Amino acid sequence: MTDETAELHPPGLTMSRREALQATAGAVAFAALPLPAEAAADSTATPAPPTHTLPLEVTVNGRVHQLVVDPRLSVLDMLRERLSLTGTKKGCNQGACGACTVLIDGQRVNACLALAVMYDGAKITTIEGVAEGEALHPLQVAFIEHDAFQCGYCTSGQIMSGLGCISEGHASSAEEISYWMSGNICRCGAYPGIVAAVAQAAKEDRT
Amino acid sequence: MRPFEFQRAASESEAIAAGAAGARYLAGGTTLVDLMREEVETPEKIVDINRLPLNYIRATDEAIVIGALARMSEVAANQDVRRLQPLIPETLTEGASPQLRNVASIGGNLLQRVRCPYFRMLDAPCNKRVPGSGCSAIDGLNAGHAILGTSEHCVATHPSDLAVSLVALGAMLSLKGPRGEPTIPVEELFRLPESTPHLEHTLEPGELIVEVHIPNGPYARKARYLKVRDRSSYEFALVSAAAALHVENGIIKEVRIAAGGVGTRPWRMNAVEQALVGKTAARASYEIAAAVSTEETRPLSHNGFKVKLLPATIVRALEMAGDVA
Repeated sequence: MTDETAELHPPGLTMSRREALQATAGAVAFAALPLPAEAAADSTATPAPPTHTLPLEVTVNGRVHQLVVDPRLSVLDMLRERLSLTGTKKGCNQGACGACTVLIDGQRVNACLALAVMYDGAKITTIEGVAEGEALHPLQVAFIEHDAFQCGYCTSGQIMSGLGCISEGHASSAEEISYWMSGNICRCGAYPGIVAAVAQAAKEDRT
Repeated sequence: MRPFEFQRAASESEAIAAGAAGARYLAGGTTLVDLMREEVETPEKIVDINRLPLNYIRATDEAIVIGALARMSEVAANQDVRRLQPLIPETLTEGASPQLRNVASIGGNLLQRVRCPYFRMLDAPCNKRVPGSGCSAIDGLNAGHAILGTSEHCVATHPSDLAVSLVALGAMLSLKGPRGEPTIPVEELFRLPESTPHLEHTLEPGELIVEVHIPNGPYARKARYLKVRDRSSYEFALVSAAAALHVENGIIKEVRIAAGGVGTRPWRMNAVEQALVGKTAARASYEIAAAVSTEETRPLSHNGFKVKLLPATIVRALEMAGDVA
């Protein structure tokens, strides 16, 4: 393995996915402990890589989280590995595919290119925060009605990007939707369904 | 990703002090974080400048002034910019994806690194990444590379669309740093690769781009950006052209043209402009003038098509600009 970073997956090739997830969940509980005030003050004044960490407060789907993070941690890995919100997917991990799209302070962004420490105090919405209880969001309903996915891996990113596309006012025609959804790649080629779903939800949003 | 020290700058002076001591500035992070993850960039210290008060857009009679931390999407949606400088929103919207535009800053857009695939490939020689190691693109896959301003050491194009339009419009940059607060034309921000392709810009260590001034010239309203690429959105330019026209009674009084995807830096087409002034604003004049654009081109093994595409793109961009009411 190369340098140990928060980007890398939990150690041990023999570890199952479930074990890895459980180990991560434990880390969350630990990380949620309040940080001593002096450590917080010290961390920016005299940092010492690679143990350099920073306190961070983010609100995810309405819930406040206080974490201590390595500055290399992406918002994507924070959500998946630290907060166990695995609905947000890691595709390319380089800002090209859109699978990791979330809303930060209402704007759609690629969570893979966002360092968590850049977003101290931010409000993040992930796919887990879109439905209200058991009631799916109209865009989620539209994705089902229009069969807007096959494997489903890109779907949460498509839906989060679709929410941004609609709220920005760029969903008035199929052509406009295609253009403004072009940051989200679908390897299965479900684009006609995705465009139709966004168009339907946009129409419902206007009425 | 290599470990690094992270600092949030609370003031411009704090940022500049850290930058002058070797720290890298972090704005939107869409280029830097990606390259750090690939270990193409390995800064030991990062200064987050996002809390500096540089996210603004001001419109005056003379110019549009854009703070370096304004986001691409904010500038593209701004009503003053859309009214006074329509070339800028069109250009910004043709670049990147909506997600990237929501985060990427105007200053960072200008300073983004090249998209040559060999630059990202740690096991391939690249003079930009490791000076003196060689250029893999010259004898490699170079269909996307430059035909103007190349050297035997580097043939990568500058990837920014925005820079092309800013160069066409004669925009200026306000800087702040150890040498004071100089103002330079955007065109002078970019270096030719020559024998030092690892040096991409003319900023001093620690120098910060503060804002961009775009003069409201008489040609600013009649301006279009045409980007030719392998797919119709979210793709880098094969060839692009920004064209801005000032026409009176059917005669071209003033014209600004710059091209992207063809040069190692955004390429102002001075000779084409000179060939157009005083001519009729019509396709026949555009074709004669655009032919001049290829005079100094030096195609590589896979990008000879750009020599034909460049004048065709300029002609079409001029026609589009001419059609603006």
